[in-house]
Amino acid sequence: MTMLDDRPSEEANPELEKKAERAEGWRGFFIALPTYAYLVVFFVLPLLIIVVFSFAERSRTGKPVLGEWTLEWWIKLGEPLVRTVAIRSVWLAFLNTAICLLIGYPFAYWIATRKSAITRNFLLVLVLIPFWSNFLVRTYAWRTLLDSNGLITKVGEWTGLWGKMLFTEPAVFLGLVYGYLPFMVLPLYAAIEHLDWNLVEAARDLYAGAWKAFRKVTLPLSKPGIIAGSILVFIPSLGAYVTPDLLGGAKTTLLGNYIVTQFKSGRNWPFGATLSVTILAVMMVATIIYFRKGGKTL
Amino acid sequence: MTAAVGIREVTKRFGTDVTAVDNVSLDIVDGEFFSLLGPSGCGKTTMLRMIAGLEFPTEGSIQIFGEELALRPPNKRPVNTVFQSYALFPHMTVEKNVAFGLEMRKVGKAETTERVARAIEAVHMKGMEKRKPNQLSGGQQQRVALARALVNRPKVLLLDEPLGALDLKLRQAMQIELKDIQAEVGITFIYVTHDQEEALTMSNRIGVMQDGELLQVGTPEEIYERPVNRFVAEFIGETNFVDGTATEEDRVRLTDGTVVHAISDAPTGTDVTLTLRPEKIQIHTRGATDINPERNQISATITRQLYYGESLYYELKISGGELLDARLENIPSLRRWDVGSEVTISFHREAAEALTS
Repeated sequence: MTMLDDRPSEEANPELEKKAERAEGWRGFFIALPTYAYLVVFFVLPLLIIVVFSFAERSRTGKPVLGEWTLEWWIKLGEPLVRTVAIRSVWLAFLNTAICLLIGYPFAYWIATRKSAITRNFLLVLVLIPFWSNFLVRTYAWRTLLDSNGLITKVGEWTGLWGKMLFTEPAVFLGLVYGYLPFMVLPLYAAIEHLDWNLVEAARDLYAGAWKAFRKVTLPLSKPGIIAGSILVFIPSLGAYVTPDLLGGAKTTLLGNYIVTQFKSGRNWPFGATLSVTILAVMMVATIIYFRKGGKTL
Repeated sequence: MTAAVGIREVTKRFGTDVTAVDNVSLDIVDGEFFSLLGPSGCGKTTMLRMIAGLEFPTEGSIQIFGEELALRPPNKRPVNTVFQSYALFPHMTVEKNVAFGLEMRKVGKAETTERVARAIEAVHMKGMEKRKPNQLSGGQQQRVALARALVNRPKVLLLDEPLGALDLKLRQAMQIELKDIQAEVGITFIYVTHDQEEALTMSNRIGVMQDGELLQVGTPEEIYERPVNRFVAEFIGETNFVDGTATEEDRVRLTDGTVVHAISDAPTGTDVTLTLRPEKIQIHTRGATDINPERNQISATITRQLYYGESLYYELKISGGELLDARLENIPSLRRWDVGSEVTISFHREAAEALTS
């Protein structure tokens, strides 16, 4: 028995096929043209501008001078301060991703395993509702909740479990987890919902207990969701700016506000550009490696 | 002798108004190839899933070699299943798939390796150990699924329409192979199918189900030759139905008044339906004198003729007005009849059976 059985029996005309393929390719190109154009103008070009700026000289007043080139800013990346900020940011992003995964997985699993489609959709809408209002507005809402007279602070004081959290690290985590949890839940939900439950039954039939079946079958098969969710949470939390700034009071320097500082009060556009390009490149390379290695199913 | 599987008054309800399996009792003998046959939705798969432990009965008892396990989880039962869609783990190689059950039961490494190798060889998949399921054809996946279940040496192997996804040729080849494997390992097979031909050719015994009820249990011959009711007669093979009334024992009066011999234990006067298989009918010239006296005779007119190659189909209108199908094997001496021919048809006294339901 070979795979031959599954093949179409008739040979297609190769020349005709090639022609059709070419026509198909052109049609695809024209359909995608507006998107390409938009991305080139508003994404690729600005990106190139940033790359160019990262090699620019800086005048004494802080004005970037195009036309005089230097590697100074790229060398500056090696400074201990940059390293400290980078490590702190990566650690924060990593913790946030881990917490989101730990909370998000059981939740996504629970939604995906509801029998009625109406219940599932309703729960998904609940996950999406926060997106109906602006992230900045929602972060300010958290500020109110966590401030001295905020509801959460009052509850904490009444129970004696916590005090005012605003401008502390827990507040930053609370905000980050709150902000990025949906990005974890949605891909996880998609992966778990697509799971072939026959496979779990097969595992149970082959002497695996409920937990073993989960670990050996459900978990590995939801890996695409775990990877996608982790990427979607990790990347934005690495550059998080609003949350640490508004809820953490910008007490600790993270990559996000470090870059902003360069562009604003620091008046050092070239260095800000260098930092931005570096983060982008690192994340891009990391993502590509991830996809190449195991995320092919993504 | 203890039955391999003893099912006692098992009922399965889903919610309040769906009864998937309705008070089924059944004994399956050790070493037999038993088929559960019925149309989709008849409850055969639910029955199988209850034996596997993937579903628990609402009422009743299920025993395997005398051990009660109706409510035991699937991983604690001495049975394994070959799933309809094969359910091979896509993230594991053939080898890993087959080894799964042994690893879960913590069988030693050396023994696992050896048993896995032997199981893979038994299903002719040697050399494919390192492939992933998506690199295999349907037939190959089927073999791996079989090896994955058999490697555990279950006391009972459950098969849920395992050949349903294969094309006809492959299916026929696999039928023979499955039967051989079963004879070789000597394990009790419970085989769920909606394909009556598959059930007839493969099984030692068949249980026919409809609407959650087990209608009849018997050997393929019993099921085909002596169906208990119209549903079984019609579901297994092709048949003709002719209405009539039971007169005395083994006699039935047809609507036109002709009395024929048939197997019947219906009380005199009850309405019955005769079931008569198309291949049991012979066609003779009207007034032929050489017809065996053991055979019933009815006058008929040929209304249609179909050429099937290995056989010929004739549609006949009998004197009572009913249309019958007759299938004649295409042997060289076969006499052909034109549409409109006035003929006499005959069938043996034991070829027709009177059904009361």
